[in-house]
Parts: sequence; C-alpha cells; structure tokens
Amino acid sequence: MASFPVLVEVTLRPGIADPQGATIERALPALGFDGVEGVRVGKAIRFTVEAPDLESARSRVDDLCQKFLTNPVIEDAKVTIER
Amino acid sequence: MKVGVVVFPGSNCEFDVVEGVRAGGGDAELLWHGDRALADVDAVVLPGGFAHGDYLRPGAFARFSPVMDAVAEFARNGGPVVGICNGFQVLTEAGLLPGALQKNAGLKFLCRAVDVRVDSTKSVLTSGAAPGQVLRLPINHFEGNYTCDQHTLDELRADDRIVLRYVDNPNGATDDIAGICSPQGNVVGLMPHPERASDPLLGSTDGLVLLRSFLSVAARR
Repeated sequence: MASFPVLVEVTLRPGIADPQGATIERALPALGFDGVEGVRVGKAIRFTVEAPDLESARSRVDDLCQKFLTNPVIEDAKVTIER
Repeated sequence: MKVGVVVFPGSNCEFDVVEGVRAGGGDAELLWHGDRALADVDAVVLPGGFAHGDYLRPGAFARFSPVMDAVAEFARNGGPVVGICNGFQVLTEAGLLPGALQKNAGLKFLCRAVDVRVDSTKSVLTSGAAPGQVLRLPINHFEGNYTCDQHTLDELRADDRIVLRYVDNPNGATDDIAGICSPQGNVVGLMPHPERASDPLLGSTDGLVLLRSFLSVAARR
C-alpha cells in the first residue's frame, strides 16, 4: 500500500449560475483590476488516500467525489493525485 | 395518528414543526437522526436548520445519518414525507427528490415572508389547498435557489410535480420553484416554512392548509 496525496477541486458545473464568482468579477474594475473575466468560485479539498497503486487510488477518489465530496447535480470535481 | 420529526445535530425548527402539527390538529414526536427505525409514526417531517452544520454542503452529511435509510424505505412504501427548508436540501442530497438547492442568486440570507402559489394539488402537502391559492409564508434560507437540469424540469412540469411557486422569485430558483414532490406525490420538499405560519400570533395562518393536508393524508394511512 502507498499513500497518495490528493487534491480535489470542486467547481460549479458549466451553466450553473455562480453568484459569488459573478459578484467578485463585478467588483474587480472598481478595484483597478481590468480585463479579468470568467471568475468561478469553488473549493479545494486535500487529503491522502491509501491504495495499492495509482489507478486504484484514482478510482477510490472518483467514487468518494461522486458519493460525498460533490453534488453531481451542480458540481464537478477535478482530481489531481500528486505522485 | 402521529408525525415523526427527525432531529439532526444542528436542526433548529423541530419544535416549530411540533407546534405547527399541533395547531393543525395532529400530534408529533421527535425522532433522533441516529435511530435506524422510525418507531410507530404515520408521517415524517425533516425540519429546517443546519443539519451537521451544513458542512461541505447542506444535507451532505445528513444523507448518511442512520435514520435516512428508514425514511427512504417509508417513502418507497408511500409514506408521507415532507422536508422543510434544510429538510428539502436533505431530501435532494439523499436522492428522494431531484435537483439541488444552491446559494441564493443575490448571495443574501433571506428571512422574510413571501407569497407562494399552489400550482399542483397532487402532493400530500397541497391536496387540501385550492389550485392557484396564494399563501403568505416565511422563508429563512441562504441556499434556497432550486436548480435542476432541463430534462428534470421538463419531467417536473409534465408530471405536475411543481407544487409551489414564488409569486415574486426571491432567490433565483429555476422556474420560480418553491416546492416539488415525488412522482407519487408522497414526498414533498419546500423552502418556505408552513409551520411558522400556523397561528395568528405568528402573523399568518396560511401554513395551516398545508399542514392539515399532510395530517389528513397521514390519518388515512
């Protein structure tokens, strides 16, 4: 068994309104930051997972994202396994 | 006839629901989220609040509370189940109702009375109301913006499962949806709080027609 460091980035799916991202984007010009577009707010979740190999680590994390870390109706997960 | 009101760690409307049920002429008892059985109840309410602190997402942890298997089984057998506010969020996370509740479009926690219209009477909560009837009910939420994909929305419309719509949409909800039901109408989720509009002292008794519908369905079981 090896321990794999994992980063899960949870974002709202394309087409799902992101009021936080929109509010940040609207505020930027007044703060002097022009030319910033497409702001989307999400969350990052870090942990380590025990697995015999990279492939099974990925499959466990995918399952975890589907069942618990995201709501697949409105959220996507981008999984990065650092090894 | 008895209504079971499920208490999760972080629920805070359970006593409001008990009082509302009593105001509607029924009786209620509290159930603990860690119980694996529902005891001898004829209906179930998942009340408002912040189950498990709303950590990760509202309802994300509550879905795994031991009692939820029994709630799902009860619902499968046609038992009347209503999720109010946080309870609605729990029902969507648990897959007992479709869609999801996301942050209000205006990013404000909303705490006020709104008008909602009864658009379907096929649910256990609206069977005693008149189609088109407008009710003034309190809302009290940050994540009440109902969202679903187009296919789900088409299904909800075609099957007459959108039971309540906001007259003046406060939170950006898709199609002004304030409440929906399952295909059989026995599982209902809504963001407004009928139990907080069940006594003249509270400023409105408009919630009673909903609570009484629910109680009369429960009494017939």
